[in-house]
Amino acid sequence: MITFDRVSKRYAEGHEALSEVSVEIGQNELVFLTGHSGAGKSTLLRLIMLIERPSRGQVIVDGQNLARVGNRGIPAHRRNIGVVFQNHQLLFDRSVYHNVALPLVIAGYDQREVGRRVRAALDKVGLLAKERALPITLSGGEQQRVGIARAVVARPRILLADEPTGNLDPALSAEIMQLFEAFNQVGVTVLIASHDLALISRLHHRILTLRDGRLVSNRA
Amino acid sequence: MSALESRSRRDGASTSRARIRHRFNGWLTHHRLSAAESLARVLDNPVSSLLTWLVIGIALALPAALDVALDNARKLSDKWDSPAQLSLFLTATASADEARELHRELQQRPDIAAVVFVSREEALAEFSLLSGFADVLDSLDNNPLPDLLLVTPAPGAGPVAALHRELSADPRVAEAVLDMAWLERLNTLMELSRRMVLALGGVLVAGVVLILGNTIRLAIESRREEIVVVKLVGGSNGFVRRPFLYTGLWYGVGGGFFAALLVAAALWFLGEPVARLAELYQSSFELGGLGVMGSLNLVVLGGLLGLAGAWLAVSRHLGRIAPR
Repeated sequence: MITFDRVSKRYAEGHEALSEVSVEIGQNELVFLTGHSGAGKSTLLRLIMLIERPSRGQVIVDGQNLARVGNRGIPAHRRNIGVVFQNHQLLFDRSVYHNVALPLVIAGYDQREVGRRVRAALDKVGLLAKERALPITLSGGEQQRVGIARAVVARPRILLADEPTGNLDPALSAEIMQLFEAFNQVGVTVLIASHDLALISRLHHRILTLRDGRLVSNRA
Repeated sequence: MSALESRSRRDGASTSRARIRHRFNGWLTHHRLSAAESLARVLDNPVSSLLTWLVIGIALALPAALDVALDNARKLSDKWDSPAQLSLFLTATASADEARELHRELQQRPDIAAVVFVSREEALAEFSLLSGFADVLDSLDNNPLPDLLLVTPAPGAGPVAALHRELSADPRVAEAVLDMAWLERLNTLMELSRRMVLALGGVLVAGVVLILGNTIRLAIESRREEIVVVKLVGGSNGFVRRPFLYTGLWYGVGGGFFAALLVAAALWFLGEPVARLAELYQSSFELGGLGVMGSLNLVVLGGLLGLAGAWLAVSRHLGRIAPR
């Protein structure tokens, strides 16, 4: 589903964030990506989302070589990927409902279908009762679950998460991970960047470890 | 090609058609949503929106009002334009009988509406009365003034210049004067004013586009984070652009509306004294306004300028906002 073939990313200021990373993530897999901050976890996710382009090597997502996706194709590419951000990236001037609906509105679904899918997604993350609330009134864990609902509402085949439990206590973190596992069980490929080793080693999924931009461990 | 293959192709075609229709409907829905949401945002800040509208309204009202003034001036001058009067000064050798004969001839022509005969004696009497040189004139041995025929061409009888040429050729006529010079001056002056209004209008229109561009730029800045999020979840540039273009449209349309309102208010304010002045000149002149179409044009023009300003801002600033 996601293939990295000897991918390097060097930033303009000379810092090499990824070097010669080759990895294959299959369909229906749930994979953790770990390493210290600055090890290249975020860069790897950004290459998949086409926020950055690699300096060398190839990234292939869902059969598509990203080098062949032009700048005009980036929005369509991103619509096929659900992303959960550490800082949630919610819009604080609109309700939970409208935050979750955003990817569907962008994709051009009609109102009724939007309503149906948004409620289904909110139901899955257990926030159906809060659809009219403003994100600012929610707790950190609830905000993160709104972010997850938004990431899955358009039913993407790939779900990326960048430190989704970064600011949450262990109990809430475990809950969030269970959510990701549930989505994985219905056929979504999930890639989660996290430095919470204690949590992810308990979950028995493949773990990729990055150190200084190199893939140093790839174990199940 | 097997039957199965052709069916699957047909299905493929119909699903892609359905997808296009679906995408079109979605696009239409987003247009509606953007328009409504942008309008709500504009109305949510009534004071700053009102100020923007007034600035644009004033900038558009100025050239519009000048244009209306010019239109009125043209209407007035059209009344004077035709028929011009021809003054025929007869030769000194032409006798009084000859003058009267010419008078009769001219009166019978279909292309002449009226002829007034001013004999040289009458002219002298009038001149001495009006000029105050009565003593000097009395001391003259003979009357230096010629007989005069004032010819008013019939309206719609063809160019006055042709009549002028024909009458100049008559041996009894020493000089035929077509009193058009002042009209030409007036027309030239009007043309000059029209161009000045056009130039002023061009400058102010450019100003409106820049003002709106700046307003939209600020709107973009204040929603920077939202734009980043929308781009992160796959919003295209068109999707991000749409609400700002509508914001520009609403500011422009509102500005055009205020401009029409300002022009109407100015005309209402001037209407009464103009009517009184016209009455004093025994004229039935009435001040013309923008009219419904003119006002509508102003609103449409405002809308177009708003779109242009928004487009300017959006194309300059939106591309620079990208997820980091």
